[in-house]
Amino acid sequence: MSEQTQMQVSDEIAITIQSMNKWYGAFHVLRDINLTVNRGERIVICGPSGSGKSTLIRCINALEEHQQGSIEVDGTLLSSDLKNVDKIRSEVGMCFQHFNLFPHLTILENCTLAPIWVRKTPRKEAEETAMHFLEKVKIPEQADKYPGQLSGGQQQRVAIARSLCMRPRIMLFDEPTSALDPEMIKEVLDTMIELAEEGMTMLCVTHEMGFARQVANRVIFMDAGQIVEQNEPEEFFNNPKSDRTKLFLSQILGH
Amino acid sequence: MSDNSHLAAFVRTEEAPSLPPPSSAAGPIKWMRDNLFATPANAVLTIVAVLVIYKVLSGILPWMLAGVWDSPSLAACREILDGKSAACFAVLTERWNQLIFGFKYPVDLYWRPAIVLILFFAAAAPVLFFDLPRKLLVITALFPFIAYWLIWGGSVSTPILAFAGVVVGYLVYSRFVAQNFAIGFFGGVAAALIFWGIGGAVLPDSTIAEGAMRSVPSRDLGGFMLNMMLGVTCVSLSVPIGIALALGRQSSMPLIKYVCVVFIEFVRGVPLITLLFVASVMLAYFFPPDATVDLFLRVVIMITLFSAAYIAEVIRGGLAALPTGQYEAADSLGLDYAQAMRLIILPQALKISIPGIVNVAVGLFKDTTLVSVISMFDLVGMIRGPILASAEWNGVYWELFGCAALLFFVVCYGISQYSQWLERRLATDHR
Repeated sequence: MSEQTQMQVSDEIAITIQSMNKWYGAFHVLRDINLTVNRGERIVICGPSGSGKSTLIRCINALEEHQQGSIEVDGTLLSSDLKNVDKIRSEVGMCFQHFNLFPHLTILENCTLAPIWVRKTPRKEAEETAMHFLEKVKIPEQADKYPGQLSGGQQQRVAIARSLCMRPRIMLFDEPTSALDPEMIKEVLDTMIELAEEGMTMLCVTHEMGFARQVANRVIFMDAGQIVEQNEPEEFFNNPKSDRTKLFLSQILGH
Repeated sequence: MSDNSHLAAFVRTEEAPSLPPPSSAAGPIKWMRDNLFATPANAVLTIVAVLVIYKVLSGILPWMLAGVWDSPSLAACREILDGKSAACFAVLTERWNQLIFGFKYPVDLYWRPAIVLILFFAAAAPVLFFDLPRKLLVITALFPFIAYWLIWGGSVSTPILAFAGVVVGYLVYSRFVAQNFAIGFFGGVAAALIFWGIGGAVLPDSTIAEGAMRSVPSRDLGGFMLNMMLGVTCVSLSVPIGIALALGRQSSMPLIKYVCVVFIEFVRGVPLITLLFVASVMLAYFFPPDATVDLFLRVVIMITLFSAAYIAEVIRGGLAALPTGQYEAADSLGLDYAQAMRLIILPQALKISIPGIVNVAVGLFKDTTLVSVISMFDLVGMIRGPILASAEWNGVYWELFGCAALLFFVVCYGISQYSQWLERRLATDHR
């Protein structure tokens, strides 16, 4: 755990969520969520399926709309105003379970598209940035291929590089390894660990408890749309307080 | 573990040589065995097919080869043939200009549509083959206005005014699209319409005589040229309108959505021929008595609206086939609506829709022959009207309709081959 001490958490606040509620029709998916994330924090969100983990982080970049309460990202209040939504989205990177690369564009074009069109970066500079991040995720040699020619792990690393090209201040990961073979999970997690070590603010929905122990400074357990328990990873895994958490941990760590 | 003693150790010491395949596994014999005589039923079908092909060709070929190409009338043609049964292609050599240009287009002005045809290939090339330099798109942008001026003639101010209106609309669009796509789009359309309205009101007083060519009214257009003009104009207008309708149908704004739904459902529920009758007869009741909207324009509007509704539904299918993840990824990168659609969603949705769009385009091109029922003399109208009704060529059916079929087939087959090339060229998903 020596690495963990190097990773600094600043006092600056990155995300504030206050008494946020969300419904799908009549179904109350997120109930009274209160969460403050400091800059540099690595938060792992876990919980049984249907507990609202993904919905929560998708609310942060407004892929889902919340109905009550407030979400503030980097000092920008998330409202129905489209200007703010686009601003927040360009500050917040996101990786999806199914990568969602653009299959009609090459890897390099996937990475340069948003910088060129949203940030108005000159093409040459955007390509240099893209190659820099593709090297960082260790696949610069695939730059001219299409997503369909890459393995799942490679695609997910491209997706991470694509988000990083926008120089986001916060990264959201929505079950980034759930669709991957065990062998590929490691290469993606290694990339994420490297990112965490550089001080990126990260919120990860994942069931990779090893990852949580190694890099997270906070683990959040959700059930039935509520935050049931949050704690430092050591405390969370070794000494869970709530019965629901104990049951969940015994089920995923039991085998 | 089971007993492994029966497995003797083996090491290959010399490489096995590479031999040519036996004659039964390669060459024409193998091909015939695989494709023509694979099973008894297959062999029977092959023999029957060969017999049918022989029968058809043995009937048609002598008829065509013995055809008469030079004769002033059908009666003279029959004299030359002297009782033999053979084609009388002389009607094509005698009346080719009527088949291509119609019977009223001034003969000394045939060079104008001919130039338009050449320009058309130059203008279509950069759109169809996107490996060509992008600068060639300038020709494409100017083509409609030049073509209009060449075919109809008249003052050069009309196409210039039309072009300036498009430029104004585009400038307004690019000025406002950053704020909101809908404002930019409708603002651009409105600006162009206002510009044309004002320009049209001002111009007639100061009609510029310079640069004027002899004008040809729309009712003098005809022949295959008319089919090509209607086909090209309507296809190239109905694809963008179809895209707009398909996106409008998905819109979260209820007004836009229901306008699109009602339009598409209404137009799809009405036969094209009724729309054409509306264009030719009934539309006049809705305009003030002195307003004359050109018949060609009215027909173009109707056919375009008709095929746009079909293309919209084809594209809607393409949009529905995209996983929602593509929309979410575009959103999460901060792309706005217009960017997400233009860069991510439409390139993929249109690729999926290519076969459907081409299907509509080919159908539309052939449906342009329906204008013959509202007394426009397109290729079929020319054959059925002036040519077959003439004293010289009354009774020549096979040669004329065969020629019409051949012309349409060449164009439609070309479209089909292009679309297949396009699909292969755009295949990047490596399924």
